[in-house]
Amino acid sequence: MERSFVAKNPSVLVFLAILSLFTLGVTVLSEGFGIGVISTSFVKTLGKTLCLCLIAVAMDLVWGFTGILSLGHFAFFGLGGYMIGMWLMYERTRLIVVESLSQAEIPPTSSEVVDAIGTQIFGVVGSSEFPLIWAFSDSLFLQLALVVLVPGLLALIFGWLAFRSRVTGVYLSILTQAMTLALALYLFQNDSGLRGNNGLSGLQNLPGVTASQDVVSVWFLWASAFALGLGYMLAAWVVSGKFGSVIRGIRDNEARVRFLGYSVEVYKLAVFTLTACIAAIAGALYYPQAGIINPEEMAPIASIYLAVWVAIGGRGRLYGAVIGAAFVSLLSTWFTGGQAPDIPLGFYTIKWVDWWQVLLGVSFVLVTLFAPQGIGGLFDLWTNRRAPQRHGAALGPDESALREKEATE
Amino acid sequence: MTSLKSTLAGSLVFAAMATAALAEEDTIKVGVLHSLSGTMAISETTLKDTMLMLIDQQNAKGGLLGKQLEAVVVDPASDWPLFAEKARELLTVHEVDVIFGNWTSVSRKSVLPVIEELNGLLFYPVQYEGEESSKNVFYTGAAPNQQAIPATDYFLDELGVEKFALLGTDYVYPRTTNNILESYLKGKGIADEDIFVNYTPFGHSDWSKIVADVVALGADGKKVGVISTINGDANIGFYKELAAAGVSADDIPVVAFSVGEEELSGLDTANLVGHLAAWNYFQSADTDVNAEFVETWKATMGDERVTNDPMEAHYIGFNMWVNAATEAGSTEVDDVRAAMYGQEFPNLTGGTAVMLPNHHLAKPVLIGEIQEDGQFDIISETDVVPGDAWTDFLPESAVLISDWKELGCGMYNTETKTCVQTLSNY
Amino acid sequence: MLRLFLAGLAILCACLTANAQEGGLQPILQEHQEIIAKSSRKTIGPAIEAIASSGLPQAQVMLETWAAKNVWMRKSDGLFFAGKKGEGRSYELTDFDTGEIVGTFEKSDLKQLKPNSGIRAMIGTALVQFQLTDPDRAKRLAALTSIQRDPEGALLEPLRASIDEEPDADLKAQKQRLERLLTIGYDEDTAARVAAIEEMSDDLGVDVRAALNPLVVTRLQTATDLPSDVNIAGVLQPGSDDLSRDAAYDLLVASDLAAPRVSADDIRAALAANIDGGRVGGVPVAQLNSDAARAQAYAALAEAGTVPALITQTDIDAALGAHVFFETYAEPSGEVTAAAEKALEQIELKVGLNQTLDLTLDAISLASIYFLAAIGLAITFGVMGVINMAHGEFIMMGAYTGYVVQQFIPDHTLSIIVAIPMAFAVTFAMGVAMERLVIRWLYSRPLETLLATFGISIALQQLAKNIFGTQARPLTAPGWLDGAWVLNDVVSISYIRIAIFVLAMIFLGLFLYIMKRTRLGLEMRAVTQNPRMAGSMGINPGRVNMLTFGLGSGIAGIAGVAIGLFAKVTSDLGSDYIVQSFMTVVVGGVGNIWGALAGAGMIGFLQKGIEWMNPSNTLAAQTYMIIFIIIFIQFRPRGIIALKGRAAGD
Repeated sequence: MERSFVAKNPSVLVFLAILSLFTLGVTVLSEGFGIGVISTSFVKTLGKTLCLCLIAVAMDLVWGFTGILSLGHFAFFGLGGYMIGMWLMYERTRLIVVESLSQAEIPPTSSEVVDAIGTQIFGVVGSSEFPLIWAFSDSLFLQLALVVLVPGLLALIFGWLAFRSRVTGVYLSILTQAMTLALALYLFQNDSGLRGNNGLSGLQNLPGVTASQDVVSVWFLWASAFALGLGYMLAAWVVSGKFGSVIRGIRDNEARVRFLGYSVEVYKLAVFTLTACIAAIAGALYYPQAGIINPEEMAPIASIYLAVWVAIGGRGRLYGAVIGAAFVSLLSTWFTGGQAPDIPLGFYTIKWVDWWQVLLGVSFVLVTLFAPQGIGGLFDLWTNRRAPQRHGAALGPDESALREKEATE
Repeated sequence: MTSLKSTLAGSLVFAAMATAALAEEDTIKVGVLHSLSGTMAISETTLKDTMLMLIDQQNAKGGLLGKQLEAVVVDPASDWPLFAEKARELLTVHEVDVIFGNWTSVSRKSVLPVIEELNGLLFYPVQYEGEESSKNVFYTGAAPNQQAIPATDYFLDELGVEKFALLGTDYVYPRTTNNILESYLKGKGIADEDIFVNYTPFGHSDWSKIVADVVALGADGKKVGVISTINGDANIGFYKELAAAGVSADDIPVVAFSVGEEELSGLDTANLVGHLAAWNYFQSADTDVNAEFVETWKATMGDERVTNDPMEAHYIGFNMWVNAATEAGSTEVDDVRAAMYGQEFPNLTGGTAVMLPNHHLAKPVLIGEIQEDGQFDIISETDVVPGDAWTDFLPESAVLISDWKELGCGMYNTETKTCVQTLSNY
Repeated sequence: MLRLFLAGLAILCACLTANAQEGGLQPILQEHQEIIAKSSRKTIGPAIEAIASSGLPQAQVMLETWAAKNVWMRKSDGLFFAGKKGEGRSYELTDFDTGEIVGTFEKSDLKQLKPNSGIRAMIGTALVQFQLTDPDRAKRLAALTSIQRDPEGALLEPLRASIDEEPDADLKAQKQRLERLLTIGYDEDTAARVAAIEEMSDDLGVDVRAALNPLVVTRLQTATDLPSDVNIAGVLQPGSDDLSRDAAYDLLVASDLAAPRVSADDIRAALAANIDGGRVGGVPVAQLNSDAARAQAYAALAEAGTVPALITQTDIDAALGAHVFFETYAEPSGEVTAAAEKALEQIELKVGLNQTLDLTLDAISLASIYFLAAIGLAITFGVMGVINMAHGEFIMMGAYTGYVVQQFIPDHTLSIIVAIPMAFAVTFAMGVAMERLVIRWLYSRPLETLLATFGISIALQQLAKNIFGTQARPLTAPGWLDGAWVLNDVVSISYIRIAIFVLAMIFLGLFLYIMKRTRLGLEMRAVTQNPRMAGSMGINPGRVNMLTFGLGSGIAGIAGVAIGLFAKVTSDLGSDYIVQSFMTVVVGGVGNIWGALAGAGMIGFLQKGIEWMNPSNTLAAQTYMIIFIIIFIQFRPRGIIALKGRAAGD
């Protein structure tokens, strides 16, 4: 190895520095630890945005670098949220139940406690029994392990089935979308044991923690920033070595890589599963901040939005994904929050609440057509790196594939 | 660079919020938390308009406590987590004194922890499944015993129905309501096999098989009735299929809990005449206040618009809040809450609604038959029914009561004489 | 109560004319003033009885007026009149006895009687005696409908009497059928009943089953010895599939033949009630947090005699052994029940077959809806390879076009005829514009087409919301599409679904024609296979692509009109169908219209099949279907009908 990992990827250091500065800044300005300039609800928004950035990094890894347009990563994100949510609900309810039962004349047996927890959690969907999938919900450790294991396993099985039968391109996209839809529909059923449409709620109240949300929100911001930092480094490390070259090769021409003797399926499967795990961790951090998770979160549209963020941010570069996710989701919050000023046209007033989606849709088309590099492309101008001289023959069949000249630079 | 972007965006947002907050100090702020986009916008936009109309009317009357009311409208976009976020924003950034909002149960459950943590005040206007009583929420819609139970009684007593098809959309309100009804019907001597339950997804459109199943229920010579908790758009397909199958209301009556004037406006009702709906309010109610209310609504929103039950719930809730605040001389949540108990306000349908210590209203229940013009003919009106937070027809809930005035507890176990919890477990 | 009254009615009928009331109907109504005004099915019986048996000619008119909600009560004196809407909010009242107009009154001075459908049914039954021989055919039909709704034994005789004089052949057949059904249920003569049962045993009607099933209703009973004076359906062994041991013991408890079991809650309550100085039965209260400790404490209490002893397995065995469990028919005649069981068995078999047929029809109908939604996609995606996520929005635009047309042309038939080409034109134009502006730049980047068209999709959806609002809009089918094609009581399908099926078939033909028989089709296939080669043959690939995409979009628009007719018109109409449409095309096989047809067929049948297996949960059907499709694609990645050779492209 001629140069160290960091030296080869100066952008990682820059990113980490900015991320820590940002986190520090928000902490100082927050209500919980600082001077209270930033409201708690906004701290939560920022914390959630960091989680979205993390899943965007995962998406960039799987789409921008490996060329698999997965429309199913929000399913993994949601599953991660469900896994942590189960423990949060169980434990919080247990504390309430134990407190309440201790006032009774006869001390409760452990099965009575469990029954009472079940009634409280599932009463809302007209049941009182714990389904099998809640078997580990009493243990934080196991449930944390499941955060990674369940989505990881799902990704592994699904990926193995899909890649093995050489489903590629748009077919794979549609298949992943179908998987998300099936999962969402399954969870929508009350019989699935995860409270159907209601989902798991009240997740922001950590069991046994008495600190106010002002403080908790900052904790989660730290955790999300930490996870994003780690995830970013991991992703940067993955794409920088030989492994990175191979997956980029798969993106540009799968058949050639296969002929070179690489087991394409294994590489794809590895990336798919790894990114599913990253997505799950992002979800596990996101939903305690959002407070509620339900199957609607996993609707296919969410995963498509994820692709939109990465595309707008600029795929094929990790910071692009982060920028895209942060930029679009915050902008979206701003427009739909009713804070954007209306534009009176005389005959008609443009209310952004109504028109934001139209703007988003149209700008998305424009970015795809005219700025395939996304916002990330601006950095090339800024760092004077210039857009590559796209001359010479393409090295891959894709328009976005490297050209001869770029490759030699 | 990300962070730079997000901080930039963040400070933009923040600046906007700050200016909004500074703009008018001497108004009383009323939060309106209804989805203006997404799937629920279809129902909730109407309620936002209702709130704006009510606030305008109140301001025209001189406002409240010498101040003007100012509506703060946010859009949670039918996104349940966003409801929690927007509620927090309303309470901490805009510092509203009261929130009127929500439609679905899941959105209410999403908002609950925030409202309870920050001691906000929410008026929830939609009929719901009960099994909840939060210190910070006033439920102005119907609890199951104010809609589902009387309608079922009507089926049993007036129509002589012996076999029940409980059709619902698969979410919490139909699930819980059907659970309560199943247990209620069994208590009334209806056998297990005479209750058919089916759940369909939101927006379901392929109803032919389910309608055929329901018709086939009549094969054992018992009179079949359908209790529908089908929500929203799916009703359109359901009623179209019902009409196509030639199911007459005299053979198999259908009573719906989620179909009002608004939903019927998307349908040709000629083939549905005689089917039923149970609500606390129908636009066709023949009183002077209602005539005036409908007229104002049409004048504000356009002639083709109809009024419905949740609108009346907001009408009562808002006026009660105004009166309670006037009585308390303040809009502080705790003062207003204390003054809310026992508040009375005339219903649009005649009679008076009373706010009970369990945060529910006592209201009469109406049953209407669908008419050709998309309106309901009110054929039955019960006495005033007090809303019951915890149903008496499920064993776990039968022992629970809610009384915030005397006991200061929303979930009090009358058997063990203990308060199970004061904060909700969502 | 009704039954009693009807029995009385039959007797009364004989001496009707003699007993005719002197003072007319109003005194009778006044006698029951309170219950008539209250209008509840539970209490109204005597009033209807009194009116129907008054023997007055105006009784029929009054009952009919009442059922039509046209009876009004004058608030000032409580008298009842027939009301007719006058000017403004006033009503013109007519006296029942004299037929004279009493005057015009303001609505506020009157109260309308609104008999609910339960009361209307009772009125209908009371009217049967008048209407069975009424000269008006509609009224005779109404009488038959009333009998059908509430079959009563007392109606059997008047019905039989009216059959011979019935001039209308249809009604006569209906009367004879009803007579058979009433005979099954109410005739005194067992042989006649058995004969009627056998006669009807090949009839599929729900009403036949409704007449037979009550005869074979059984009740589970228990006793120490098998009684001999009842019609026993069978003896059950506890512990068998039909009767679990728990259920059998519960039955004993319910019949007071055994002591109830002590539940965990009972133990807990008993312990709590017997706390004595911090101990229960010698066990400290703090230790009672396990079942074992509780059992020990309870045993101690039971020994002291303060609580009933626990029921052990031996007790249960003994109790079950000492009793027989059997099912009895409510119907006393063994011959009748045997005949009914046999007839039902025969009918059930036929019902089963017909249900399969009905399910098949449903599946075909669902398949044709999917096919219709997917056919446009089969062109844009299947032939051109363009992923158009906005396809669903084209369907939506078609539906809204139909709605808009209906606003201008109130005649439903005409409006649909206009709407179909309009919808095609609108979405064709939209498709062409989209192809020219966006898609043409992205032909070599399929994944980006997906994303760009998705952007268009969300923009279009929101635009529709902004223009038409979020409420569902009505798109009403013409009157001749109302109703259903009814083969029998089990098999039926609505005309609108048949129309959709026909439309789908027309499009299939149209598609095949265009692709195989027209110049455009030839060019399309050429451009799809090799655009450069096609270009050098003088075909303008740009133009062909544009037209192909326009055609696919236009068909989506027409599909929108059809889907709007049978479901709803909302802005998210399209997104409901988009994933299914892609599934249809992918499962069927890309690039082949037969593939799309096979795909739609498979998905439709699969979904109905799963629904049939799990009737109480439609949501599950959709989940399992998608999972099945994912697995299916493992085995046939190129769909059911895969293109072979060069046409398969990559």
